[in-house]
Amino acid sequence: MGSNAALPASAAATTPRAQRQAEVLAALQPLLPAHALLWRSEDTVPYECDGLTAYREQPLLVALPETEAEVAAVLRACHALRVPVVARGAGTGLSGGALPHTLGVTLSLAKFNKILSLDKLSRTAVVQCGVRNLAISEAAAPLGLYYAPDPSSQIACSIGGNVAENSGGVHCLKYGLTLHNVLRVRGFSAEGEAVEFGSEALDAAGLDLLALVVGSEGMLAVITEVTVKLVPKPQLARCIMASFDDIRKAGDAVAQIIAAGIIPAGLEMMDKPMTAAVEGFVHAGYDLDAEAILLCESDGTPEEVEEEIGRMLDVLSGSGATRMEVSKDEAQRLKFWSGRKNAFPASGRISPDYMCMDSTIPRRRLADMLLAIQQMEQKYGLRCANVFHAGDGNLHPLILFDANDPDQLHRCELFGADILETSVPLGGTVTGEHGVGIEKLSSMCVQFSPEEREQMFAVKRAFDSAELLNPGKVIPLLSRCAEYGKMHVKKGLLPFPELPRF
Amino acid sequence: MSDSPATVDDPALCALIERVQRARAARSNLCIHGGNTKAFYGNEPRGEPLDTRALAGISSYEPTELVVTVRAGTPLADLEAVLAEKGQCLAFEPPRLGPGGTVGGMVAAGLSGPSRAAVGAVRDHVLGVTLLNGKAELLSFGGQVMKNVAGYDVSRVLAGSMGVLGVICEVSLKVLPRPAATATLRFELDQARALRQLNEWGGRPLPLHASAWWQGMLVLRLAGAGAAVRAAVQALGGEAVPEDQAGDFWNGLRDQSDEYFVSARAALDSGAALWRLSLPPTAPPLALAGDCLVEWGGGQRWVSTRLPAATVRDAAAAAGGHATLYLGHDRSAGAFAPLKSPLDRIHRELKRAFDPDGVFNPGRLYPGLCP
Repeated sequence: MGSNAALPASAAATTPRAQRQAEVLAALQPLLPAHALLWRSEDTVPYECDGLTAYREQPLLVALPETEAEVAAVLRACHALRVPVVARGAGTGLSGGALPHTLGVTLSLAKFNKILSLDKLSRTAVVQCGVRNLAISEAAAPLGLYYAPDPSSQIACSIGGNVAENSGGVHCLKYGLTLHNVLRVRGFSAEGEAVEFGSEALDAAGLDLLALVVGSEGMLAVITEVTVKLVPKPQLARCIMASFDDIRKAGDAVAQIIAAGIIPAGLEMMDKPMTAAVEGFVHAGYDLDAEAILLCESDGTPEEVEEEIGRMLDVLSGSGATRMEVSKDEAQRLKFWSGRKNAFPASGRISPDYMCMDSTIPRRRLADMLLAIQQMEQKYGLRCANVFHAGDGNLHPLILFDANDPDQLHRCELFGADILETSVPLGGTVTGEHGVGIEKLSSMCVQFSPEEREQMFAVKRAFDSAELLNPGKVIPLLSRCAEYGKMHVKKGLLPFPELPRF
Repeated sequence: MSDSPATVDDPALCALIERVQRARAARSNLCIHGGNTKAFYGNEPRGEPLDTRALAGISSYEPTELVVTVRAGTPLADLEAVLAEKGQCLAFEPPRLGPGGTVGGMVAAGLSGPSRAAVGAVRDHVLGVTLLNGKAELLSFGGQVMKNVAGYDVSRVLAGSMGVLGVICEVSLKVLPRPAATATLRFELDQARALRQLNEWGGRPLPLHASAWWQGMLVLRLAGAGAAVRAAVQALGGEAVPEDQAGDFWNGLRDQSDEYFVSARAALDSGAALWRLSLPPTAPPLALAGDCLVEWGGGQRWVSTRLPAATVRDAAAAAGGHATLYLGHDRSAGAFAPLKSPLDRIHRELKRAFDPDGVFNPGRLYPGLCP
């Protein structure tokens, strides 16, 4: 292939989709080199899903621009033809946010992989959207700086995807989410017009649109460049591994640490099934008898860490920890973390498939939630292992199942939705950091009223009047919610009887 | 449909909703206010007053969750007193510009205090909001948890929105423990050297918390664990400021009642205006004739000057930032820096999305937002 004459074989076909494909291909071919357009089925298959492999769709075609001018040209052409555009980074997302549109163009931004500048004095980096999260910290390390948000997929996920999802990580209680660590993004509107949100200063004039664009899952603009904040690397970090013989005691210990005025650098929990799974995978010496394990990290100057670790140990032992161990050196600290960071592959080892949930609940509801999940295991006849960003209330239950058994897949989906929708009346949310994408559309019906969902659609149209950027994600249509048939859970100022009142 | 319209039984809230419905039907405008302590801020307030103060009280506060949910008309002072009882605070130190300032006004104005560069702004601490939009619909976005990516983050956009998108009725805020230890140091430095020094310190693992430079003197606040603060005091040198004196200084700066702001207000009558410049912290000192106070590690620079608006705005833009006309008898230049395309279009469309009939705060943010 390589010339305009190389029309898709299917162009001769008469299906409306094949005709549309030929039409869009003809419009894009003059704009991009031949190697930057994929349209044959065998070439577009690798793009049919992201990290959520249960949902797959073939795009009309995949465009791989290398310059901002090419991005703008593709967007303009798609806008003129009213073709949906799904931007895609590293494809590691877990909610199907980059699932292709069957009548749309997948815009892969993988070639935008350069770090444009790193500045020690201003402690900022300007990077293209396809740069991997960890690559920023690696490049900044010689300056004594790093990029704080560290999602578990940080070796592979791109900063553009982090912006789309407002990604967190294990250190975000102390260091914030993507939103708190990004100063400015540059990109293009659905019409292909260049636009910048935020600035190199700490705020920008007018409404804080950066806060709206971060976490908008590619539905408001296509982001090509990001200015991130870099922070000084702490001189020292040490981690406590504490065992508890009761989940409720572990949950209370988390609350007591916060009540003592401590903001740990990381505060993570694993339940017994998860501990068993990861120990078999990493052999880190986890306590297999514990009902729950807490990892509690302190970072800062050596004096600061010593003081804080001492206070943390007091609180943990006062809360009934049955065993406590403090990392002696960096190798041991990383070993403590290795299990937590490998929770997903470890689950893959003990089960043919697993589905990772991502709800957030108020920390004090942790034990209630875990007990509810135990009952759901009986109800749906499936096992579930739990890891928990205890510091910020973000729960990741991993439901274990076999996708080759359609009934198990179905029960797994019901189990997952049950967890999400149990989180909402507890005062939580159906997604803490993985995004809504396609996966949690139905659960959004439970969290938001029809008026709230319509307001979100109106926000989308304010940026993208033709609704071409990643349509069909994040906000469910009224008809979908009607079909789903579950009640919207009232929140906000409306009565909330089960919550303790001040 | 699985949903029935929400029934609202709170009398103060019902009254607000009815008021908005009436205004919408009558095509009149409403000017949302709490304690009216920030009426000077933004463009001239217009419309019939809509008082939010009946909607008051703390809805829930669980110190171990680090979250408080407050009704918008609650006095900021009341909220801070309740948090202080539990050793917690609003880490972004919102200015208290008068005794009656409310939590809703704090969020809508989006102003943050001396610690902003270290801990984040108002918007970084907003977790959820219940909003009454221009169609008199009561909507909740965000929630009471730190991590939440369900739908667009509408609640954070309301911070600094100047009430143009709707009436903030209730807000959930992230709160933090008060720092265990603080110390304040003073250094004699000119502005260029102070800016350089602040940015260099920013790249080191030091417990920096706030900074202010004025008339050749840099004042630095450290806050954090006792050991970290003591170590930083040793490392940085400078002259230690006694804690009571330091407390008064930082409160005066936060509440804009200290010497600099007093003289900037006095200068208004002689034709000067007070500008807030938000710049990249590394931007060199600007060559603008006037009295300058630098905060936020160089990121916020106050300039009291008689220079024309265009001169100030051009200088800020050339340095990579923007200039807000914060205080001035003549607001004809517009309080906020004009927007370029396509941001101006997105602003107009967002206004229309939340308040299609242009009921709320007409012109307060930008004159051209309503059709």
